[in-house]
Amino acid sequence: MTPTIRRAALMAPGLGWLALFLLVPCLLVLGLSFFERGVYGGIDYIFTFENYRRAVDPLYRSILLNSAWIAFLATLVSALIGYPAAYAIVKAPERWQSALLVLIMLPFWSNYLIRTYAWIVLLNREGLINRALAGLGATEPLPLLYNDFAIVLGLVYGYLPFMVLAIYASLSRLDPALLEQSADLGASPVSTFLRITLPLTLPGVAAGSVFVFVLSIGNFITPDLLGGGRRVMVGNLIYKQFLAARDWPFGSALAFLLIAIMMLLLLTQALLVRRSGGERPA
Amino acid sequence: MRSIPNLIASTALGAALALGMAGPAAAQKIVISNWDAYMPPDLLENFTKETGIQTELAVHATNEEIMGKLTASGGQGFDVVFVTAPFAEALHKQGFLAEIDEAKIPNLKNLYEEARKLDYDPGNTYSVPYSWGTTGLCYRSDLVKTEPNSWMDLLKPSDDLKGKVTMLATDRWLLGAGLLALGKSVNSTSQADIDAAKALLIEAKTNLLAYDDTTFYSKLVSGEAHLVHAWDGWCNYGIAENPAIKYVVPKEGSDLFVDTMVVLASSQNQEAAHKFIDYVLRPEVGQWVASNILYKVPNRAAMESLDAAVLQQFPNLAMKPADLLKFEELRDLGAAQKIYTRAVTEITSAQ
Repeated sequence: MTPTIRRAALMAPGLGWLALFLLVPCLLVLGLSFFERGVYGGIDYIFTFENYRRAVDPLYRSILLNSAWIAFLATLVSALIGYPAAYAIVKAPERWQSALLVLIMLPFWSNYLIRTYAWIVLLNREGLINRALAGLGATEPLPLLYNDFAIVLGLVYGYLPFMVLAIYASLSRLDPALLEQSADLGASPVSTFLRITLPLTLPGVAAGSVFVFVLSIGNFITPDLLGGGRRVMVGNLIYKQFLAARDWPFGSALAFLLIAIMMLLLLTQALLVRRSGGERPA
Repeated sequence: MRSIPNLIASTALGAALALGMAGPAAAQKIVISNWDAYMPPDLLENFTKETGIQTELAVHATNEEIMGKLTASGGQGFDVVFVTAPFAEALHKQGFLAEIDEAKIPNLKNLYEEARKLDYDPGNTYSVPYSWGTTGLCYRSDLVKTEPNSWMDLLKPSDDLKGKVTMLATDRWLLGAGLLALGKSVNSTSQADIDAAKALLIEAKTNLLAYDDTTFYSKLVSGEAHLVHAWDGWCNYGIAENPAIKYVVPKEGSDLFVDTMVVLASSQNQEAAHKFIDYVLRPEVGQWVASNILYKVPNRAAMESLDAAVLQQFPNLAMKPADLLKFEELRDLGAAQKIYTRAVTEITSAQ
């Protein structure tokens, strides 16, 4: 067996899996998006661009922009919380690091839906937080649930671990010699952080951001449960086309637009990593 | 047109929809899909004990969900499905349903006369009514200042109720509330009617705690909400936990929804499927269903044997068929469903 054949043989199962369960369904979605909805929700195989024209109609465009805004907020907050957390883990004694990482991953051990319901118990008007506040003398309960705040909170909570892990990976690869040299040359810790650490770990932030953004923009459970269905995100819209409106072609068009946006983001992030990779000292 | 493209389509979405596709089912085993907890827990067990027919229960959260599953699989994978009448109508028009063979369901005679000749399916040719009822207002009589009696109490709530009301978000019932408040038909396909209802519902959104199709009664029990848009039977779940919860049909009226049992045309076990429906229509089973799920069943023999204490605790169970039929039956809208879906998307995404 030549190394090439061996490599191909090793990659075949993974590639086959991706082709069969990712690529083929995506192509089917793309294909469906060019047909018409039947009166009773089936598909009429008549070629049309109408679904894409509808997708950029002001109504759906505003839903897409709103979703992007919510996902952006979730990403920003995750980065602001995630970076210091990852930094703290990297600076922790080595024997603690894996334990801390396990703690970051711990929420994944329970179901996302259940964790989301737990927030409802905490945040609702008669919930634990508002009861505690009332106990402290607050007269009006805080509107913590069924609004954008709750959606962003839920998304940050759900996807923060991805951000922390991505930044941790980037920080832990950072060559300590660079930091020593920076200090030797007279840079203050702040200036070393801003001019050496941060720029070199930006690819990690970008990777984490893409994770959080992509997962957030497509999420439909959180806006439904924590947003009380009062804010429609593109994930809800797509879900609704398939499961409520029975308009698969339009749902496919929306889904494909979302896939296109995500591909663009991933591509940008890959370019960013490649560029910084090229600059990294050998 | 259906078979091959739909096979491809179902492969594409099968995973996403988490389809519980039963393979070629063994003889004498039927797959049933129903709303969760919309059947007494021991019903299937008793049925199997008596008939030897095995059952498998799948659950759906909404009509739309089971429609999605059936559309995805081209109607395959289930023998008996519980859906609300307009959806049964749509399934029928799509050719997914088997004809009901009256001879195999002698217990059809237990149904009220009215339930045998409902407009969407006179003579029960493709569907058999399982339960029926109204959509109205469910509220905490101990927390509201004045007892609600109009859809406007929900859509334009008084100051003390602002932010403490929820509405159903499924297309037909959300728009239904707006249409009824304006004195229009719940089956209206007039763009002007729907636009007017939409404007009213967008305005109502500012005072809404949340849209909720599934947990509204627990929001009442916890006190998070004081007034919710609810199906009568589901309000009863709240009443069971807190007697201060009450149900009222607004003065402008309600829709009449009928949840039905249908047999799929693709079912390999139609004989067993008919037996199941016949079993559900037995007086004692119907009575057990009504006192268990707390929805009215259109089964005269069952309703007449219902415990007086149950009727007293849940007054809406005592509504007479003649009163129910004063309300308009929800019907399938065909192509106009698109207008409803769009209007609801506009309402729910309005800021």
